[in-house]
Amino acid sequence: MLTGMKITEAVDGLRQKKFSAEELTKAHVNAINKLNDRINAYITVTADAAIEQAKAADQKLAAGDAPALTGIPLAIKDLFCTKGVKTTAASRILENFVPPYESTVTANLLRDGAVFLGKVNLDEFAMGSGNLNSAFGAVENPWKRQGEDTFLVPGGSSGGSAAAVAAQMAMGATGTDTGGSIRQPAAYCGITGIKPTYGRCSRWGIIAYASSLDQAGPMGKSVEDCAIMLQSMAGFDPKDSTSVDKEVPDYRAACNRSLKGMKVGIPMEYRVPGLSPEIEAVWQQGINWLKEAGCEIVDVSLPHTKHGLATYYIIAPAEASSNLARYDGVRYGRRVDGASLDELYANTRGAGFGDEVKRRILMGTYVLSAGYYDAYYLRAQKVRKLINQDFMNVFDKVDVLLTPTAPTAAFAKGENQEDPVQMYLNDIFTVPASMAGVPGLALPAGLSSQGLPLGLQLLGRPFGEETLFAVGSAMEKAANFTHKPTLRAGGSL
Amino acid sequence: MGAELTDKILDKKIVQRVAKLSSLAVKEDELAIYAADLGGIINWMEQLNGVDITDVQPMVGTEIAQLRLREDVVTDGDCKEDVLSNAPERIADFYAVPKVVE
Repeated sequence: MLTGMKITEAVDGLRQKKFSAEELTKAHVNAINKLNDRINAYITVTADAAIEQAKAADQKLAAGDAPALTGIPLAIKDLFCTKGVKTTAASRILENFVPPYESTVTANLLRDGAVFLGKVNLDEFAMGSGNLNSAFGAVENPWKRQGEDTFLVPGGSSGGSAAAVAAQMAMGATGTDTGGSIRQPAAYCGITGIKPTYGRCSRWGIIAYASSLDQAGPMGKSVEDCAIMLQSMAGFDPKDSTSVDKEVPDYRAACNRSLKGMKVGIPMEYRVPGLSPEIEAVWQQGINWLKEAGCEIVDVSLPHTKHGLATYYIIAPAEASSNLARYDGVRYGRRVDGASLDELYANTRGAGFGDEVKRRILMGTYVLSAGYYDAYYLRAQKVRKLINQDFMNVFDKVDVLLTPTAPTAAFAKGENQEDPVQMYLNDIFTVPASMAGVPGLALPAGLSSQGLPLGLQLLGRPFGEETLFAVGSAMEKAANFTHKPTLRAGGSL
Repeated sequence: MGAELTDKILDKKIVQRVAKLSSLAVKEDELAIYAADLGGIINWMEQLNGVDITDVQPMVGTEIAQLRLREDVVTDGDCKEDVLSNAPERIADFYAVPKVVE
């Protein structure tokens, strides 16, 4: 099965002429045709363009000297602007938006020969943890609880990306992570994903949610696949004022580094009350694997981490309320008329945004408004500093931190939904690293008793991606996670 | 302070004021829902009042990137049609909006 391969295998297979890029892309288009009606991972499928790109890739491969991703079919989160291809952010307000430009990250992937299968679903403007807040419908997690057909969420916000990779409807996908939006869906769908250091990938052309937190990253079937993708996606971009001018190291080579003498921190604050015993067991298993690989395990403390979520839900909505002010029905997007210009703005935004987006805009406007700014926003920025200092302090002592990725396995549609705060708790383990801007890698480590994937998270120093790839590769070998979801290309559906 | 703020957010008038600041049309029956939702979130955020932030400088961004200066030169342009290509309504080379000045 061509769709069952990893990118590393396809890169070799294409060069050994075992199959063509066109065959590889067509196999994935077939999988999308078969599965997307049910899974709803893709908002827009660009099958014809993909096949054209694949044919061009075959020519490049035949000529030799083709870049690494030549002919590799990928899914692009519908938050990345793609020139001439509708980009919606899963919002009604952008339902017909066709960008006249290409985001830097997707331009980098195209430069390196990648084939784009289409644009994948997400929570509206990347706000959510279950992909339930999409104007284009929820995404179904390809995994099922044993003996059940319950609709489980794929996580969010990069839920379409995670589901597409897990169901073999793409070899890899781009995601974005503001508070866990790559790592948590990767965990729920049994795949691997990395949120790089803030500033590693350009944010130019990515529809903004919370600018001081948003970061693009790859989601794939293995640590090495993510390394290959990040190699292409990362790099300095003068068009993003927060992009960091630092050479991109050889991430794939880093996957084979030895872990001898490496120090791994276990932050005690992540042992939260109510942590599922199964997650606790997988975490302990991960500790044992790293010990066996020659790492020294060190207990560490991140005392302010427990305030990460509350801080996040002040800072992110504040930035969102400012970023989303641009959607006013004048220059692009949906317009709902009104008697005056002010009414046109309010009607357009009232009709164009979904509930969670409106909730966060209201929240953000509230915490930034006169009389409340110091009590909430300024206080949150100070607590963020304390969270950041916690990380910098522990990274004086250890090279990497090991934690669970999410407090539970994938939950069912309808669970956790009544209370927004309950929903926010899904991000409890991923948010603190976002606050500090440090990189985080999530990978599958085992199955729950109900047969659902459980993930572990590695956090590194700023620009410590190579260490994450090295440690992640060792854990991946030890975990030998070869389970497959129920819904997938070549599966039962 | 916490209790006072919480009481205030539960007031629909506050939601109405914030909705106006946000340029969001919110229906009368939605006001109560947002008031309850936001009240719950604000309540939960009050936990930050227990953190000692004496002498802590606020963190702006992640402090990883350094702001740069660039040459003061034109980097893009000559793309009027691209810029206007998504306009919901346009007249010639302008975005069209309802009359603002009587």
